[in-house]
Amino acid sequence: MGAKWFGASVQRKEDPALLTGRGRFVDDIKLPGMLHVMVLRSPHPHAGIRGIDKTRALALPGVHAVVTHADLPESMRRQTVPLLVPNPAIKQVYMPYCLARDEVCFAGEPIALVVADSRYIAEDAAALVDIDFEPLPAIADCADALAPGAPLAHRDATSNLGAHIPLNVGNVDAAFAGAAHVFREQIFQHRGGPFFMECRGMIAAPDPATESLTIYVSSQGPHRHKRVLLDLLDWADHQLRIVTPDVGGGFGPKGSFYAEYGALAAAAMQLRRPLKWIEDRQENFLSTQQERDQYWDVEIATDADARILGIRGKLVHDSGAYMPWGVVLPWIAATTVPGPYVIPSFKLDVLCAFTNKVPTSPVRGAGRPEAVVVMERLVDRVARELGLDRAEVRRRNFIQPAQMPYKVGIIFRDGRPVTYDSGDYPVCQQGALAAVGYEQFKARQAAARREGRYIGLGFGNAVEATGLGPYESATARVATSGKITVYTGATPQGQSHKTTLAQIAADQFGCTPDDVTIVTGDTAATGLGVGSFAARTAVNAGSSVHLASKEAAQKIRQFAAAMMEVAEGDIELENGFAKVAGSDLKRSFREVAAKAVGMPGFSMAGGPLPGLEATSHFTPDQSTYSNGTHVAEVEVDIETGQVTILRYLVMHDCGHVINPMVVEGQVVGGVIHGVGNAFFERMVYDGDAQPVSTHFGDYLLPLATDSPNVEVLHMETPSPLNPLGLKGAGEGGTIPAIATLMSAVENALEPFGVRIAEAPITPQRIVELLGEAAKGRTK
Amino acid sequence: MSDRRKIKLTVNGRDYERETETRTTLVDFLRHELDLTGTHVGCEHGVCGACTVLVDGISARGCLMLAVQAAGRKITTVEGLANPDGSLNTLQQAFMDNHGLQCGFCTPGMLTTLTEFLAHNPDPSETEIRVAISGNLCRCTGYQSIVAAALQAARVLREGKS
Amino acid sequence: MKPPPFVYHDPATVAEAVDLMSRLDNALPLAGGQSLMPMLNFRVVAPDHLIDLNRIAALSGIEIAGGLGHFGAMTRQRDLEFSPDVARAFPIMQEALSHVGHRQTRNRGTFGGSLCHLDPSAELLNMTALHDGTLTATSKSGERKIASTEWVQGVMTNALAPGEMLTGIELRAWPAGHGFAFEEFARRHGDFAIAAIGCLVILDAAGAIEKAALCVSGLGPGPVRLAGAEKLLAGQKPSHELFRAAAVEAEALEAMDDAFVTAAYRKHLARVLTYRALERAVAARRAAA
Repeated sequence: MGAKWFGASVQRKEDPALLTGRGRFVDDIKLPGMLHVMVLRSPHPHAGIRGIDKTRALALPGVHAVVTHADLPESMRRQTVPLLVPNPAIKQVYMPYCLARDEVCFAGEPIALVVADSRYIAEDAAALVDIDFEPLPAIADCADALAPGAPLAHRDATSNLGAHIPLNVGNVDAAFAGAAHVFREQIFQHRGGPFFMECRGMIAAPDPATESLTIYVSSQGPHRHKRVLLDLLDWADHQLRIVTPDVGGGFGPKGSFYAEYGALAAAAMQLRRPLKWIEDRQENFLSTQQERDQYWDVEIATDADARILGIRGKLVHDSGAYMPWGVVLPWIAATTVPGPYVIPSFKLDVLCAFTNKVPTSPVRGAGRPEAVVVMERLVDRVARELGLDRAEVRRRNFIQPAQMPYKVGIIFRDGRPVTYDSGDYPVCQQGALAAVGYEQFKARQAAARREGRYIGLGFGNAVEATGLGPYESATARVATSGKITVYTGATPQGQSHKTTLAQIAADQFGCTPDDVTIVTGDTAATGLGVGSFAARTAVNAGSSVHLASKEAAQKIRQFAAAMMEVAEGDIELENGFAKVAGSDLKRSFREVAAKAVGMPGFSMAGGPLPGLEATSHFTPDQSTYSNGTHVAEVEVDIETGQVTILRYLVMHDCGHVINPMVVEGQVVGGVIHGVGNAFFERMVYDGDAQPVSTHFGDYLLPLATDSPNVEVLHMETPSPLNPLGLKGAGEGGTIPAIATLMSAVENALEPFGVRIAEAPITPQRIVELLGEAAKGRTK
Repeated sequence: MSDRRKIKLTVNGRDYERETETRTTLVDFLRHELDLTGTHVGCEHGVCGACTVLVDGISARGCLMLAVQAAGRKITTVEGLANPDGSLNTLQQAFMDNHGLQCGFCTPGMLTTLTEFLAHNPDPSETEIRVAISGNLCRCTGYQSIVAAALQAARVLREGKS
Repeated sequence: MKPPPFVYHDPATVAEAVDLMSRLDNALPLAGGQSLMPMLNFRVVAPDHLIDLNRIAALSGIEIAGGLGHFGAMTRQRDLEFSPDVARAFPIMQEALSHVGHRQTRNRGTFGGSLCHLDPSAELLNMTALHDGTLTATSKSGERKIASTEWVQGVMTNALAPGEMLTGIELRAWPAGHGFAFEEFARRHGDFAIAAIGCLVILDAAGAIEKAALCVSGLGPGPVRLAGAEKLLAGQKPSHELFRAAAVEAEALEAMDDAFVTAAYRKHLARVLTYRALERAVAARRAAA
């Protein structure tokens, strides 16, 4: 059967409800008897807790409880939130308790839950909780944290070193010793937070009759949350159901299990009432995980023809106060550096430091944007020093398609060697540069300079690991009504899974996507699930939905063939019917499903297994690699430092595309995240790790007036690693963007010799770097 | 003792009379008192625009108004935009045609803002549209599909009038 | 981020309002709410009483006559923006208003509220100083006029005495056809200005600058008229040297320093924007002539 829906820009099934205000986000859910919670958080970046006095708070009318660590069940008091991704490189593990026990290590760490009739009253009461703090020295900067004598982020730690990952491929010292050229770059990169529009939130609804809990949580995967909570509560599988309804953006940090989730679950069981906690934006700034500072000190060695012989250096990564994702984030950053280039030797010492700031975890791009900045800045440097064209230096170093599958030599964070499966990097770059008229740019730039205008062009290449394992679940089921439901552990936060996965299923069932309902993010619907993050859903859930639907469709044929006494191969599925080709014989799905569930008392032995359903957990062998080239043209006003993006183009390859409209939306949205990281987003802390930017007036996100139109061009190099040839598309818009924009600004300011080695790069900083030249016409 | 007031207001053409604490914001009142959860809370300090509603046809941030200030007013929320038969109106349909939403959280605020804007600007340029929604944050779409939707809606509305 | 509890009052007249203000302790007036509501939601203020001024119809109004503009303190920014009378008499104001927040905030925000809240970079503050404004403060004991030069007492501290509220603003209009330019630098559209310059010029028949007004805001707690530059410009033919001299004076002003923006950058912007404002105001006047 041909694929009718795969590859079509089908309009979204999610839209009608969302457009008419009938979405169902966690805060939209109201349960009888529900109480409201405020999380009381540490105002100090580092402090001991000597005592908590709840008396005044409890006296306020409408207050039901103030829950602290001492009130938690024993199973939560004796262990911290489990680390789901341990790694031998981790030297000291620090994870939080569900409520702080006797030490808080970042401003915003949860200390108590205040439960009241309304959030308004809970906030009134929170101000009345008296906590006796012992302020402790705090460490703000991750590089300073590793210096001898630095204040300890955790008072009982031996140092602030959380992990040391030594990566070593080939013989880097020999390469550098024999190199014609060696260049060094020191790059500081500050990322930021996800800043989804819907803040985090959770409802814990106990059923005292069955000693069980139903949880609604805005997440990127309820199955992982269930796993952690079962540990923390020491419960059996049937006692916990976690559902994720509509989610207003995730971008990574909604995938983590946060301490307050455990506390809320425990409090609900104790109070025997549904409890709702909705994060407000101030809490979001303080306690939702972010991606933050990295200091890179790297060298590149090349031969006389600009061919890269090796890269070596050091990365210091800020883990924040805890390590919710272990070392996944810096590991991804480090192993993404080689990108699309042949790097014969590579040595990177990765040091993860604890600081007294909110913990870091993957945010859209997940460390890869930082890696691309490093690689692309190094390549630009080689080009500049050797007087070569930037595109030419890259051409000389590309991995060629004939070399696929290509072993980079490093082990990725999924435990597998980094092996690029497919991709044509030279064609991708060539296509992108041709589309922007790269060859003509120098002349345009010269003409602009004569008019006193400073335009620049930058570009960057990236290869990104997508479709990470271990698996995703899908159960396709045709009910006795004949209607089709596919359950999956995929958990969308805007990625249109309910439409794209329906497209895949519809192709197997011979119906339209409207005839298939995709049910996501419910631990009662599928026993196993992983969730949606790291651009993994198309590959994992897409493949599982495909395989499960295919198998269920096959069962329809099996039963229908037996019912109509024809061969299975003669059956076609079309619009809810199993039809015999070239005849009028048919049975509806409804009839076939009724047959498949059997009749009470009648035997089904010897026939197909009961039920028109099938389950698949597609388990990829390794990641599959998307790639892209971004090009940006900017103009810099040298008097104010303002940067205007004149043009932005992406040549993107994510293999076969389920829904082109959806992929384009992902790419464009991702680019704008990159624009934010490149120019606007700065979480400012003072020297004692106290957050200073804690609202949207100080922390800037790109507005419609800051966002360029993004032209997206597609290439398709299918993945050989899954049945549909898919690769991930969720992060490709962000990953090369920061490098591209830094390169464009530097190119614009070339006449002034300004080098850009930091992100974000702000107008103020550009003016500082320009010095006297910034006076411009006012000289 | 909480300070409370009885207020009468009209929301999406329907009259309501409720008692509310005077410190309750308009967006909380709409969401929790009237169960109109379509309007969303994104920041509670007047920057993100997710809470934008129309007050007598004029856009306002629901998190920066008290419910009691809406007494006697006609409020329009996203739930009041569709056609009388429940079908998507021109602007909503244009969003759907152009993939103008992904997670959908900023969408109600975008729709009310653009409803006001298009009523006063029937033939806007792309730049004017971007300025019109500069008070509405979106973290998913990168805005360009929303701009495309607004341009389509403007065109269809103009054609409908001619 | 929910407001703390308060007792809510919504007087219908100015007399009722000032009576409340004289009687109640720890009371704050609520105008457009675009600045006060965030402060309440963040709980950085906790008034026992909130006096909502939005029902006092007499506090709104635009009246332009005899070279003066009279504005009720509760006049919405939106109404200033769309008023043809304001466009005619104070054309720079509409240019400045295009930088004030966003559509939704201008729909509720008021002229008086902006002046009382006194964010250093408030565009309407610049406009008031630029047009030699006079503010009317009303209390139970009557009315008092405050010159715009006396309005700013410190960072976000205005000259109102306890029990007083701002009821009106009077601006002096410039002759029809004057040149004007408002130059602002903000990180994003609608953001608080890091620096802003309001400039008005009149050229004589020979093309020399007959009169100029230059107002810098965003550097210190309040707007500053560049008195020296205004004197220097009077009677001079526009030139690069002249613009540069004014720009240098702007750069010499004291400027605030914080975690986000340095004093040096603010001063640099003041220099650059002053030059641009003068250049554009003069060119506009020449083009019109």
